[in-house]
Amino acid sequence: MRKLWYTMKYKQLKKIIPVFSILLALALQIFIPNSPLHPQSKPYFTYVLIGFLTVYLILYLISFVRTSIDKMLVYRGAFIGGVVLFFNILNLLTAKAALLPVLYFPSLDRVFGVIAEQTDVLAKCVLYSARLLFFGIVFGALAGFTTGICLGFSKTVSYWLSPVIRIIGPIPSTAWIPLVLIAFPTAVSASAFLVGVAVWFPTTIMTSSGISNVQNAYFEVSRTLGASHRYQIFRVGIPAAMPHMFLGLFNGICSSFITLVTAEMIGAKYGIGWYINWQKEMLSYANVYAGLIIIAVLFSVLITLLFRFRDKILVWQKGVIKW
Amino acid sequence: MVGSITVEGVRKTFTTADGDTVHALNGVDLQINAGEFVTLIGPSGCGKSTLLRLIAGLDFPDSGTLALDGKKITGPDCERGFMFQNHTLFPWLNIYDNVAFSLRARGIYKEKKDDVAEYIRLVGLEGFEKSFPHQLSGGMCQRASLARALVGHPKVLLLDEPLGALDAFTRMNIQDEILRIHREHGMTMIMVTHDVDEAVYLADRVVIMSARPAKIEKIVPIELGHPRARSSQDFLAYRAEILRRLHFGGKVPDVEYYL
Repeated sequence: MRKLWYTMKYKQLKKIIPVFSILLALALQIFIPNSPLHPQSKPYFTYVLIGFLTVYLILYLISFVRTSIDKMLVYRGAFIGGVVLFFNILNLLTAKAALLPVLYFPSLDRVFGVIAEQTDVLAKCVLYSARLLFFGIVFGALAGFTTGICLGFSKTVSYWLSPVIRIIGPIPSTAWIPLVLIAFPTAVSASAFLVGVAVWFPTTIMTSSGISNVQNAYFEVSRTLGASHRYQIFRVGIPAAMPHMFLGLFNGICSSFITLVTAEMIGAKYGIGWYINWQKEMLSYANVYAGLIIIAVLFSVLITLLFRFRDKILVWQKGVIKW
Repeated sequence: MVGSITVEGVRKTFTTADGDTVHALNGVDLQINAGEFVTLIGPSGCGKSTLLRLIAGLDFPDSGTLALDGKKITGPDCERGFMFQNHTLFPWLNIYDNVAFSLRARGIYKEKKDDVAEYIRLVGLEGFEKSFPHQLSGGMCQRASLARALVGHPKVLLLDEPLGALDAFTRMNIQDEILRIHREHGMTMIMVTHDVDEAVYLADRVVIMSARPAKIEKIVPIELGHPRARSSQDFLAYRAEILRRLHFGGKVPDVEYYL
């Protein structure tokens, strides 16, 4: 009974860590004056902290009714507290004490200020980038799966194509720019192609290696069960290679993020990569960091969605393959 | 009755990594009647699995012919079901879809849909239709694999040491089920095994193969009715004979006195 009481108290303590961390950050932010070296700005960091505190307190209240939220807060409590502490220290080092070079390390007030004040430009950039990523990833992945499947199943295709792919695949995307500019009618299609190539290469490699790694016994048993060649490809080879294909897609999407900045170098009007590049040249690092925060959020949402999707279609591989 | 297998003068050689030629089968003749249960037994390297794979059509002989009901075997076919030592269930399909695989692959699922549930019941897996192979025990997977091989009504069922990886009790259980299915459906069954008990318990005839040269050494008909008592005098006598033929009879020690 006593022990149970202690573990319960311990649990509540873990859940309350972020609240203390946020309150500490708020107190320091409000009571320590900003260094005069930093340009004046509205206290956006205070707003962010207050907003975050509100959201957390709402979750905290819900956690007494919902066990899933409760578990998440108990588990994540220390981490969230730590992240807030990190921003707190960063705030002290920049805005409060100006210990870091002011030009390269703008105050958090200004970084969040960019997101708050330039919302429409940033939103437009996000939409443009999302469109580019969407077309690039869809076409790149489709092309990658197709090439990978052909490579995996056909000896002839493998003989002719795999050396070519080995040469073309690792070419950095910047090297394509001159060629792509001539070959594609619009800047958007050219950029989408660059993103597509970035997705295509890892998808192809992982798909074909996934198919060549399928146990021969699966094909043999399917033949004794009366499966045609076509049926073997689509109902045995591809499902068996699915985890590898997914890994390829995952790698591809990661490299597409990296390529995005390059792709937006060609005649882009908007785009988050273009925005960061442009602001970097203007030496406005507050805007660069704001762009980076947006990219990080955007990509982690995309990756989370991808994992959800994988868990849904690859239920069977739990307990078979782990990655 | 259909399902007789004729093997005539079959030779098969493999080339090892060192470039040596190994005779996996060195002139094998075998006639298996429709509805018969035959077990192939012998030391490893005697080519018993090779013979089974040739009958399945998964490999081809260098010379000689194999035929099912007088028709030459040219490749794998759903007439000849095959069960591997590992269950080889497709891990991405649940038990129901695994069993239904053959019907779907041949495009006859709509007409024969009820067979799937029937064979799942036959092997005692009702209630596990939605489970994935990795959620089941080895024995249950092997049962599912049996149902999958049977659902297409093969004329011949080829079993390549299907129970080798199971524990003794599960093995004996599934042996009884295989016998029951054999009796009820009357198909020809050919089983490769390492287990002399299993061979004697199941077979109408035990085919003993030798390693060098890789050929049939002796065919022992088991003239016992079913069910067979594993510890009866006759059973033990057959067992002893087969062990002797395999050179595992051992020497009865000269005992000077009993304690």
